[in-house]
Amino acid sequence: MNRLESDLQRPVMIVNELGLHARSAAKIAEVAQNAKHKVWIARDAETVDAASIIDLLTLGCSKGTEIVVCIENPADQPILNQIVDLVETGFGE
Amino acid sequence: MLPTDDKEFELRGIGASPGICIGKAYLVDREGVKVVPKYFINPDRTANEVNRFKKAVIEAKNDLRQVISAMPEDLQQQTNILETHLLLFDDKMLFGRTVDFIGNDKVNAEWALKTVVGQIKSMFQSMEDQYLKERVSDIIHVSDRIMHCLTGAAHVKISDIDKRVILVARDLSPADTSQIQLERIKGFLTDVGGKTSHTGIIARTLDIPAVLGLVNATALIRNDDILIVDGNAGVVIINPDDQTLVEYEERQERYRAYRSRITRESHLPARTVDGEIVQVQGNIELPEEVVSVIDNGGDGIGLYRTEFQYMGRTDFPNEFELFDKYRDVVEVMAPNPVTIRTLDINADKTLSYASNGNEVNPVLGLRAIRYCLQNPEVFRTQLRAILRAAAYGNVRILFPMITGCAELIEARRMLTEAAESLAAEGVEHNPDIEIGVMIEVPSAVVIADHLAEICDFFSIGTNDLIQYSLAIDRSNRNVAYLYDPLNPAIIRMVKHVASVARRKNIRVAMCGEMAGEPIHIPILLGLGITEWSMNPHAIPVVKRMVRGLSILDARKFVKEIIDLTSAEEINRLALERFSAHINSGLVIKQE
Repeated sequence: MNRLESDLQRPVMIVNELGLHARSAAKIAEVAQNAKHKVWIARDAETVDAASIIDLLTLGCSKGTEIVVCIENPADQPILNQIVDLVETGFGE
Repeated sequence: MLPTDDKEFELRGIGASPGICIGKAYLVDREGVKVVPKYFINPDRTANEVNRFKKAVIEAKNDLRQVISAMPEDLQQQTNILETHLLLFDDKMLFGRTVDFIGNDKVNAEWALKTVVGQIKSMFQSMEDQYLKERVSDIIHVSDRIMHCLTGAAHVKISDIDKRVILVARDLSPADTSQIQLERIKGFLTDVGGKTSHTGIIARTLDIPAVLGLVNATALIRNDDILIVDGNAGVVIINPDDQTLVEYEERQERYRAYRSRITRESHLPARTVDGEIVQVQGNIELPEEVVSVIDNGGDGIGLYRTEFQYMGRTDFPNEFELFDKYRDVVEVMAPNPVTIRTLDINADKTLSYASNGNEVNPVLGLRAIRYCLQNPEVFRTQLRAILRAAAYGNVRILFPMITGCAELIEARRMLTEAAESLAAEGVEHNPDIEIGVMIEVPSAVVIADHLAEICDFFSIGTNDLIQYSLAIDRSNRNVAYLYDPLNPAIIRMVKHVASVARRKNIRVAMCGEMAGEPIHIPILLGLGITEWSMNPHAIPVVKRMVRGLSILDARKFVKEIIDLTSAEEINRLALERFSAHINSGLVIKQE
């Protein structure tokens, strides 16, 4: 998590109205579950497992919150991109 | 028989569906199992315990899948939520942690699950965002389902109820109500919810007494307690003594006899003794409620609230979905009229997908016609759906929250445009529908004469008119006492609107709660309003009331009250003059 390589982590803003709620979290978790290594989502000092809906929910991200999506291995770059895309497009809501 | 050691006590809530029933309590606790036992598992048996948990999860998932597939089409919006719940079953936090907990602490699965859920709950409690904070309920729903499967035979499955009972629950979700075998249910009691909650609507539609919003019914009532539910008065009596029981049995009998008598004659027109026929119509929100209007002898639908189709979903309904719902209602009611009110919603508060910033004061904010005019795409879709449904029966359109002519002109222009686009596309529709204005803002009362020039009818919405005229927030307990349809200012406003309508030769209807209250009937008649729309269950009573009155007497009465200075005086005089009349029909309110 301390790695600063920009290709292993990207900040993104929650733009959908409801924020990171169950359905949007489920979408992230679904993608993250396909990763070969761990995927993390960080908000401020808190970091949670992106593959867990409930974990994501506990971050309590409302609209406008900035989160950081982190991967542990460059092989999961497509996963990172997909998650960032999902968040940026407001989960298609 | 009766538990003699239990003292009779009473709870008061909201009478959401009228009627009286007596029966045994059946608790459907949201948390499912009241006491979760804790016991240790032999270390070499933990794998079995984990398997037991896994099996329960699979079973719970299958149950939920069945609920989803058995959901009637009208509740499809709910399935989205339930499908998200399906995903939660396998979540690492819930599933993974419970499995770990069983292994590490060597405890039974129920205890492990309860502990894990407790930890999750506390994480949510510290959140700031109210919406996200409430998402913990999704997790509780899911864990309840697992718990039900874990505890096996002891679990409460609504669809399995095999005796006639009174359901007591914190709240009933559409998924719950869709599983209920309703012929088994005598009555509904819930801790939360009111008249317009899903449970309230279902109860009224099915004619089952319901008292909702009891706050702590699930805490105070135990399984198999004897209950009396009085849905008219909003009262529940727990462990009634013999005397109370006898009294309510008699009341119940009287109420039944009364209902059946008035329902029998309800299909006949409501004609005053001097021959004036009053149109008594029903208000509905769900298409299914049309049945209730017909059963109660409604002469049409005076207010079809269209908001429900927009709620509990992730995007706006499309034209066909709306058209389909409207057509259902219109076809069933034809040739009687169906007045469809266009979307009256505060998008910011109620539609998650259409919210755009927080409004400090939503009641005075971007709602109803204002919202629609600023979101022409949303409005156009609805207008087209209404015009299409109009080809199948007698449709009238009603615009809510009109404050001035400009809004009405613009709404009409969009309606014409919608009709033209349908014509250009060759889609079947009926462009010639009556256009009405909701009179619910004081400014509309003042300029009623102008509005009358550009519409076909008025419909007075007393609920909002009272709120806006008297500057009271109806949900604020401190000022709720001011909310009275008999307030002299309100009566004068209604009188003004009625006389403008008469002068301009347009129809005037009333669709607020005021119309459904028997004691108000002589006043409305005297003011010259003879088209009313109300909760379907009030129709028979109101029709019966009309049959005993004469227009002439009603007019005289209005002359007497119009210069009184307080609602109390008006109410007292009305009761003095007409309560015998109401009582002859046997009161609906029995307090």
